[in-house]
Amino acid sequence: MMSSNYFIIGFVLIPLLGFLISLLIPANREKSLASLAFYLLALNGLALVAFSFWWLVSNPVPMNFREWSLYDSKEYTFVIDFYFDAVSCVYLLVGALISLLVVRFSRYYLHREPGYKRYFNTILFFYLAYNFTVLSGNFETLFAGWEMLGISSFLLIAFYRDRYLPVRNSLKVFSIYRIGDVGILLAMWGMHHLWHQNIFFSELVDSNAVSAHISKHVVFSSFIGLSILLAASAKSALVPFSSWLPRAMEGPTPSSAIFYGSLSVHFGLFLLMRTEHFWQHLDGLRWTIGVLGFFTAAIGFLVARVQVTVKSQIAYASITQIGIMVLELALGLEKLVLFHFAGNAFLRTYQLLVSPSIISYVIRDQTYHAEKEVRSNFFNSGRLACSYYLLALKEWNLEAFLNRVVFRNIKLIGRRLDFFTPMNVAFIVFPLYALGVWLLVNREQLPAEVLRYLPGLFAFFAMIMVFKSFSERRYPRLAWVMVVMAHFWVYLSISFNEMLTLQQSVLYLGGIISGGVLGLIALNLLRKREREFFDLNAYYGHYYEYPRLAALLFIAVLSVMGFPVSSTFLGEDLVFSHIHEDQYVLAIFNSIMYIVGGISLIRIFARLFWGPHIKTYHSRTLKSA
Amino acid sequence: MPKERFNEQECLPRLCKFLPEQSPLKDFIHHNTLHAYQHLPFHRAMKEASGRFGYQTYLGLPEYRAMLAKGKIRYPVLERVVRERKGPESEPLWMDKLLHGEFTPDYSGTIGQLRNAWKDQVKVNLDKQVHPVLFRVVGAYLDQGVSIWKFPGRDMPFLDAVRTLEKQAHWGLFRSPRVKKFLQEPPDLSKILTLLVGEDSWFETYLFDMAFAHPGWSGMIATLEKKPGHLMSPRQVSLRDFLYFELLLELDQLDRKLGEGWLPLARQIQDIPPKHKHQQTSEYFELCTLFQIALEWSYFDAVLEGIRTNRNEKEEEKEGNKPFQALFCIDDRECSLRRYIELREPGCRTYGTAGHFNLDMYFQPEGARFLSKVCPVPVNPGHIVEETGRIRKHDRDLHFHPHSHGAFGGWVLSQLLGVWSAIRLSLSIFRPGPTPAMVSSVRHMAPEGKLALSYNGKQSREGLRYGYTHEEMAERMHGLLLGVGIRNDLDPLVYLIGHGASSVNNTHYAGYDCGACSGRPGSVNSRAAALMLNMPEVRHLLAKRGIFIPETTWFIAGLHDTTRDEILFYDESEIPGPLLSAHEQIKRSFTDALSDNARERARRFSSIDLSWSRQKIHKAVIKRSMSLFEPRPEWNHANNALCLIGKRERFEHLFLDRRAFMHSYDAGMDTDGKLLANILETVIPVCGGINLEYYFSRVDNNRLGAGSKLSHNVAGLIGVVNGIDGDLRTGLPMQMVNIHDPLRMLFVVEQKPDVVVRAMEQKPAAREWVWKGWVHLVAFDPESKVFFRFEETGYVSYSPSETGIEKNTDIRFEQDDSLPVYQIRE
Repeated sequence: MMSSNYFIIGFVLIPLLGFLISLLIPANREKSLASLAFYLLALNGLALVAFSFWWLVSNPVPMNFREWSLYDSKEYTFVIDFYFDAVSCVYLLVGALISLLVVRFSRYYLHREPGYKRYFNTILFFYLAYNFTVLSGNFETLFAGWEMLGISSFLLIAFYRDRYLPVRNSLKVFSIYRIGDVGILLAMWGMHHLWHQNIFFSELVDSNAVSAHISKHVVFSSFIGLSILLAASAKSALVPFSSWLPRAMEGPTPSSAIFYGSLSVHFGLFLLMRTEHFWQHLDGLRWTIGVLGFFTAAIGFLVARVQVTVKSQIAYASITQIGIMVLELALGLEKLVLFHFAGNAFLRTYQLLVSPSIISYVIRDQTYHAEKEVRSNFFNSGRLACSYYLLALKEWNLEAFLNRVVFRNIKLIGRRLDFFTPMNVAFIVFPLYALGVWLLVNREQLPAEVLRYLPGLFAFFAMIMVFKSFSERRYPRLAWVMVVMAHFWVYLSISFNEMLTLQQSVLYLGGIISGGVLGLIALNLLRKREREFFDLNAYYGHYYEYPRLAALLFIAVLSVMGFPVSSTFLGEDLVFSHIHEDQYVLAIFNSIMYIVGGISLIRIFARLFWGPHIKTYHSRTLKSA
Repeated sequence: MPKERFNEQECLPRLCKFLPEQSPLKDFIHHNTLHAYQHLPFHRAMKEASGRFGYQTYLGLPEYRAMLAKGKIRYPVLERVVRERKGPESEPLWMDKLLHGEFTPDYSGTIGQLRNAWKDQVKVNLDKQVHPVLFRVVGAYLDQGVSIWKFPGRDMPFLDAVRTLEKQAHWGLFRSPRVKKFLQEPPDLSKILTLLVGEDSWFETYLFDMAFAHPGWSGMIATLEKKPGHLMSPRQVSLRDFLYFELLLELDQLDRKLGEGWLPLARQIQDIPPKHKHQQTSEYFELCTLFQIALEWSYFDAVLEGIRTNRNEKEEEKEGNKPFQALFCIDDRECSLRRYIELREPGCRTYGTAGHFNLDMYFQPEGARFLSKVCPVPVNPGHIVEETGRIRKHDRDLHFHPHSHGAFGGWVLSQLLGVWSAIRLSLSIFRPGPTPAMVSSVRHMAPEGKLALSYNGKQSREGLRYGYTHEEMAERMHGLLLGVGIRNDLDPLVYLIGHGASSVNNTHYAGYDCGACSGRPGSVNSRAAALMLNMPEVRHLLAKRGIFIPETTWFIAGLHDTTRDEILFYDESEIPGPLLSAHEQIKRSFTDALSDNARERARRFSSIDLSWSRQKIHKAVIKRSMSLFEPRPEWNHANNALCLIGKRERFEHLFLDRRAFMHSYDAGMDTDGKLLANILETVIPVCGGINLEYYFSRVDNNRLGAGSKLSHNVAGLIGVVNGIDGDLRTGLPMQMVNIHDPLRMLFVVEQKPDVVVRAMEQKPAAREWVWKGWVHLVAFDPESKVFFRFEETGYVSYSPSETGIEKNTDIRFEQDDSLPVYQIRE
């Protein structure tokens, strides 16, 4: 057991080590970067194969490893926990092989590309996140990995950060990932209350106990299940989130292959498999998952058939298969799903990697073989067929649907607050906050009726502030400060439930304050130099001239949004554990606030620093290209 | 700008002229990217194109200065250029500006300014809503075989197909009722423009703005309208229909966003957007011009000096028994191979000619449904050569099978094929080998098959004749041999070597093959020419025309794979017995020369360790042609800069680092310039086109090139886009040009200047290239040994600045960068 623990930690530490070393290698050392990545991944892969073999031969039962307790107190613990079972085994093996191949492939493919180092940094970071997530033994660990996946995805889609479409699409994909994160946060919170402690996946395996416990809390459990499903749908591009997957194909082909062809896109499925022992007891949920899988497969199938670009065709074909896998899982065919996953991942990776060859291959084929005459039938002619053709061409309007239902509404609410300007914000928000603090201090005197609604009200304020930040177009610093302040509102609202200790407060607010200040400094410096091009109306591409400021602001963004390098990540979880079981609304407001706040921060960063450079003294790519 | 009313018939051709003219990728041919400006002097054209479209048309000043520091631009040459163009008195002033001046160029261009008012002033982002729909619909209509469910009504013209779809579908593309009505009416651009723009004199500007917001698709439509034959599955498109459709999409979008009753743009914006003002001579462009000219002549002077230092007057000595002659394509990639062959077989003579070997024909592979044109693009062939006896074998790859994208098929395949994919992928990464996905030069024509060359009375429906009569063959071959200066001193073995390339995962594969064969390998042409020259009837007719081929002479055809550095010889079984052993021996020399050549090329391949043995390096070079992960199977024409027209003896003592196209030409046989006229007519547009495409893709890879190919995504088999919503990318990907030094091509013609003038008079189109400075031309008088530089005003004698050509017989091929001109023999 002890030695196997070394192995498990190794699967995370080796990529971590690789990532850290790769940061130190100078950018012009292509060979060192590529060799480092390749040999570390090869080492990791060999260890993995050996370990898996040993595990299969000796005793293939799930294993749990309690690694580090990051925070431990009477009522709250945060443990990094790893878990190894058949699902992790298959995911790790597939991931190791594909990553190894892709790293080898990229070594030559990216030769002379200006972002060579950045690419390998990101791939190694992704691999770290991948292993971390696959091995996670509890929701907290999983969430950390989940966030890392999101950021590495964002960075790779926007690999060509000087072009418009990659930047816009990276933001789009990041936003949808964050929507999924609402689900994880709520599921975490729900689980915590369902079991009155942070739950480990290993504890879910005991089917009878879980079943018995759930049957006592069907509604609450269903709520958790739906949250999990939301997270899984966003990550695996199930309906209605499907349209992000083809749009993510903006980076170099091998990175698209590893992320969106094979590994990253199967994480929703992974989450469902991880929590299968939980939701399989809820028939309604099981049906919902099955139906969702079916619809995803059906719509993906129709849309894939009309695609005219190779990569979008592969993307929708992959979505179709993932839909089927979800359906299979709902039917309880877990072994088949694992096999199906591996096959689909390999197939799509290879298809993407050879996709440029399709021109010569098909042209040659057509030169010698007449196109098969398609006989007109009910499915390809007539009014209904035309209608469905057009619908498929427009991707079933999924893109427009998400924009309308989610993002436009957020903007509409935010726009209502356009009366906030950097001039008056202090006069409105600070007195209000002071009032809140005053109420907190004197909460003993308040009637219980009022007290009951106050946390929700303040969380609502927090949410509105990030909405305002998200829809802000003119003042980047205002948008920034709004997100920072929103966290303070959350802090206030939680304090009504129970006061956080000083240590807990530092944990939560430390990352936010330091990141917030750092970000403000970066924004101020940029504004001082680029007053003319300093708003959120367009992409300005300032990284071209201020790469260091860009890096600074990015770090600040990570810190404020509670990325797993910032103590705020722990703090966020802590805050959630303080939301009571019956405070659905508070939980929902809070999670939406975290999610939209994160999107807003990344948006500020992307709009100011990425995209085609606003200045025209050098050649830039057209927006449409 | 036209003052008269908007006229569709006049406006559209003007627009069409400026759009990129790039065919679908399977027919990719290099051409001058800025062909629309070719009637203007080069430097003025660069300024105007930049001012209007925002292209960067030169390298940036920092890059030029870095080249100056590195010695690539030579200081004395720069000074001379400044003196010549600015006068001696202002030399110090300009030199100071060149070296230290700080200038901020502006590549915003005037294009798009009018239409941007929708976004900037009316706050409607049309591009964001219109482009995705536009690209999807037109892409789906044009698709040549990616999608499984094809566009309904694709047999109809584009607009009709859209109309039918809109009528049939329960929910359409458009929402606004009046737009739905307009769609069903005959297309009238001015009607919609009146609603959208309002001001008649702005219509043309608006259409330009709109079309140039996505030059890739607009250009593709315009090209396919002119040449629908590029599509295997025919479609009927026209620029007008396309623009009309886009205008309707815009109108629909505006109706949606602004409701009924919004005002046309001219009524919404106060100030009239600036007209295309005539660009003043701005200093920045002057500086770029000076640097550019200096960069070019820094290299050219060395070449010219090298040519002059030739003391090789031993032509007489060379008479007698020589082992063989070999004709190659003029292609710059043959430059180094010929050098190595000459080195290994000192007695041999090599020649350069356009790679179609003077044959104007289509090739019909056995079993193929389409003809392949195998002669230069401007030539209209009247003959078809059929292939017979191909032992057909087409490898299939299930990974490209449409079923893999289906629901059930995908389910089965991902389970069955999935494991196989993993194995295949591992193999192709660790041990690359031939796959069905790759493009191989030898597949163009089956070596075991036969070519039906003789005319037998058969004609195609279009009136093309199958094969040639003997008289026609003799005429072509006469032109071929005379063109390279061969009249009667033929050796026993004469090789005709075409060239092609092999690669995998290369969307621009057609650009790697022979440009003179319309982007196909030159195997059919070299083989057909050799077969013709071996026919007794043809030889008889040639003798009548004054070319005597000895009975003991045999012509052997071959195909040089420029990626793999291999030569495949055709019809070896036909070689007469007595010559066989000589051929075998020559073949060995060829093989060695090919390995030498591979070694030289390998200095620019990062995957190869130069300390390996020659054989190992050659193997690694071959492997690159089969490697999925290799974005540069070869460097193609990178760094091309020269085209030498003259006797090989004049240049063979020089090391030119694969930068020279070479056409053989005997000035003594051509006193009236007729032969030269024919050569210039083909060579200037073909080589100049290649050169300028490289130039522009290099100086502005974002706008005039295709950007990084790493993220390219194939759309409809006709082009590449970035991501899935992007515009088609035209020009060359960055991976093809990032070591290219953008020099305009210098043509060196070994001939008296007066004869050159006479030759150019016969071909005014080719002359325009020289006169307007899109290429340089220098004549080298073989008698007086004086150079003459050609300009629009005539020619002036030119003496290159002294650089001192280094003698170097043992060049070490290690550095990445271009090597200087060396003298490699006496």
